[in-house]
Amino acid sequence: MNRAQWMAMMTIALLGIALPARALDDPSEKLSDPVQEKRAETIGAQLRCLVCQNESIEDSSADLARDLRHVVRTHVAAGESDQQIMTWMTRRYGEFIRLRPGLSAATLLLWIMPVLALTAGLLAAFLMLRRRAAATPQPEALTAAEQARLARIMQEEGPAS
Amino acid sequence: MTASTRRRLLMALPVAGAGLIGAGCWKMLSSMQAGSFDPRAIRLDAASRDVPDFTLPGLSGGEKGFDTAALRMSPVPVLVNFFASWCIPCVAEMATLRAIGQQIALWGIAYKDKPEDAQRFVTRDGSPYARVALDQSGMTAIDWGVSGVPESFLVLPGGHIAWHGAAALDEAVFQREILPLARQKR
Repeated sequence: MNRAQWMAMMTIALLGIALPARALDDPSEKLSDPVQEKRAETIGAQLRCLVCQNESIEDSSADLARDLRHVVRTHVAAGESDQQIMTWMTRRYGEFIRLRPGLSAATLLLWIMPVLALTAGLLAAFLMLRRRAAATPQPEALTAAEQARLARIMQEEGPAS
Repeated sequence: MTASTRRRLLMALPVAGAGLIGAGCWKMLSSMQAGSFDPRAIRLDAASRDVPDFTLPGLSGGEKGFDTAALRMSPVPVLVNFFASWCIPCVAEMATLRAIGQQIALWGIAYKDKPEDAQRFVTRDGSPYARVALDQSGMTAIDWGVSGVPESFLVLPGGHIAWHGAAALDEAVFQREILPLARQKR
């Protein structure tokens, strides 16, 4: 095996390790319809596992997370919309179960912070540039004597080709 | 505005901003230390919910469990406590529950437990519960919004949930938060 082949194999092996591992303990948890399963995974990725709180229920292997995955799949299979399932969850577990909180008075600052930061940065940059431009000394206009001297020099030497 | 006051203002802005953030962080950390703020706490909006629909069996064949209707029809407020024999904080909570059970109607729901284990757990030192039901699948608990055991709910006559706690009860919390709510509706 040459070096290039070996490198390629190592890369593939490392990629395999780095792939996100889903916590589905049991393949039988999955829905048979791949479209529905994909939807269930997307919904589950937005729901907080209340046991290991910074993981979604799709990532967590806690018992409660497995039960909640089952609940999500039951609702998806029953043909409910994403919105309906989210409402079902927040009605029971509160806003806390959503990893991406909705816009409300309490989360307003969180949501508008990127805009605020960008505006503040642009404003600071604008003010600084304007100040720098003002601070650069403008050359004073030539006096009449200087104008005459300049004209004389230009005539003596001729225009610079 | 002269150039120097403008410069001073520009200098003061980031300092004031950093100071504000610092004060906010200090307030958050100190209240976390004092215990009045817990970012991991699960606070459900209990005041806007009713008891979900459920029917649960009792622990052993002869005993009856209870259902939504039984809670709704109770003439007095009921404190519903989710527990499990495999849960260490529940063991620690039992002594408190025995004292609380003297002052309020206390009903228990065994969460994801084997009936015989739950039976042994409840009766070992005298049951604190007036009634016990078994939720073996844990699906009823999810309908209640339970995220772990022990967890307690105060249910008023009519089936409205007035209080929820996602931690082991202690006498102080019971006296301060639960009892006043239960007395209001008695």
